[in-house]
Amino acid sequence: MSDTRQIAVTVNGMRYQEIVPVRVTLADFLRHQLGLTGTHLGCEHGVCGACTILLDGRSARSCLMLAVQADGHEILTVEGIAPNADTLHPLQEAFRDNHGLQCGFCTPGILTTLLELLRDNPDPTEEEVRIGISGNLCRCTGYQNIVIAALDAAKRLRGSSGASQP
Amino acid sequence: MKPPPFSYHDPRTVADTVGLLASLDNAKLLAGGQSLMPMLNMRYVLPDHIIDLNRVDGLSYIKPRDGVLEIGAMTRQRDIEFSDAVAERCPLMAEAIRQVGHRQTRNRGTLGGSLCHLDPAAELVSIAAALDAKVTVAGKSGTREIDFAAFPVAYMTPALELDELLTAVTFPCWPRGHGYAFVEFARRHGDFAIVSAAVLIEEDKSGKIARASVTLGGMGPAPVRAAEVERALIGETIEEKRLREICESLRKLDAIDDIHAPASYRQQLATVLPRRALIKAHERIAPEGWP
Ligand SMILES: Cc1cc2nc3c(=O)[nH]c(=O)nc-3n(C[C@@H](O)[C@H](O)[C@H](O)COP(=O)(O)OP(=O)(O)OC[C@H]3O[C@@H](n4cnc5c(N)ncnc54)[C@H](O)[C@@H]3O)c2cc1C
Ligand code: FES
Ligand code: FES
Repeated sequence: MSDTRQIAVTVNGMRYQEIVPVRVTLADFLRHQLGLTGTHLGCEHGVCGACTILLDGRSARSCLMLAVQADGHEILTVEGIAPNADTLHPLQEAFRDNHGLQCGFCTPGILTTLLELLRDNPDPTEEEVRIGISGNLCRCTGYQNIVIAALDAAKRLRGSSGASQP
Repeated sequence: MKPPPFSYHDPRTVADTVGLLASLDNAKLLAGGQSLMPMLNMRYVLPDHIIDLNRVDGLSYIKPRDGVLEIGAMTRQRDIEFSDAVAERCPLMAEAIRQVGHRQTRNRGTLGGSLCHLDPAAELVSIAAALDAKVTVAGKSGTREIDFAAFPVAYMTPALELDELLTAVTFPCWPRGHGYAFVEFARRHGDFAIVSAAVLIEEDKSGKIARASVTLGGMGPAPVRAAEVERALIGETIEEKRLREICESLRKLDAIDDIHAPASYRQQLATVLPRRALIKAHERIAPEGWP
């Protein structure tokens, strides 16, 4: 049984028409078929959050969706966060400046998760940040610097209000 | 590519969905996928057909009606979390839903999926039991309503025929200003509860309890309504020492014994969490309505 379907998706602003086997997860589709390997797979059963993407602006685990379900929808992956190849997004700058990552495996999922959080709540408390990233596991940082980076990013984004946020 | 092979169907209407369920062998409905997709990826389930409910019309809504709140099966948990109607009429549900998984899982996960998955510790399953919800089910022979109390028939098994799907859930609302609290013990934020307590109370003018609903989640295969405690509370005023006595009887409840906690630990929680929830519920009583 190798049922396939044609789907049309927009990923990081680019339109794609692709044929996908119906049982392929969105995560594997992004990584293997589109070559967007920034989306990481830690557990493939919904626990670690490394595969988080934004689906129509809402965070979701791409290992828990089928690629066919994304037909007609808009996706943002970690590759689409920076405004261009030479400039980092303020959230990414805050992570760099505050040592918010070590190995970086969890980072794509944390950044996409925080992008949604900071859009909906531009001035979160530390507690709100911690709850917001409770679905993302990091094996390196102990979360301390991730939280510091998130709060710093919130400050930067508030300062540059009007700056384009996906 | 992790899930096993299957054929994929994405019907647009409830009637077409029922038609597929009735004609296909070994088919599985896919709602938010937050429980089914992990089971597919790990190949705990091997369906020949996946019937995706995400493009079916008319299953996602929150409708306040006279004295009840009707919520469509495919309503995302996130939409319930941010609904004004839910906050005003069913604050117990609003409080509980913030403890269901994480933002990313609530963005996809649905009310119907949680109730049909029927995890013994699922918060929404407890809320449906606490509020005496009714579920609406559609099948080949039309629609029917089931009292939520009769919905769980065995461990993680709802009272659905093979050709049936859940379409809506109706939650009776308590009068404005009632007391409510959802208290759970979990190892980390976003985990399933080890034990949870959902409490609703009304008091008369003199502060005596006139009506009570006390539900424990995580003890057995389905939530338990503590009927004996509910009866014992009538006519009492909320007072810690007396609540301790009343809730002590809950230690007798049967409890699951698993890697998360031994039965005796759950039984201890069963005496503690309802008491804490009752005190919190009492503090929230506001005859003029909540602020
Ligand atoms: C990291 C993580 C943490 C979580 N934490 C919690 C938690 O703390 N508390 C909690 O309660 N849940 C938790 N969950 C599970 C919760 O997110 C799911 O949303 C829920 O259990 C299932 O809902 P769903 O819409 O995703 O359904 P699906 O996974 O799509 O389906 C679940 C089951 O229900 C059936 N089904 C779905 N809809 C219908 C319908 N309309 N009619 C008939 N059958 C139907 C499916 O066939 C399947 O068997 C967690 C999940 C993850 C990944
Ligand atoms: S890979 Fe998707 S949650 Fe871990
Ligand atoms: S930086 Fe290594 S897992 Fe988070």
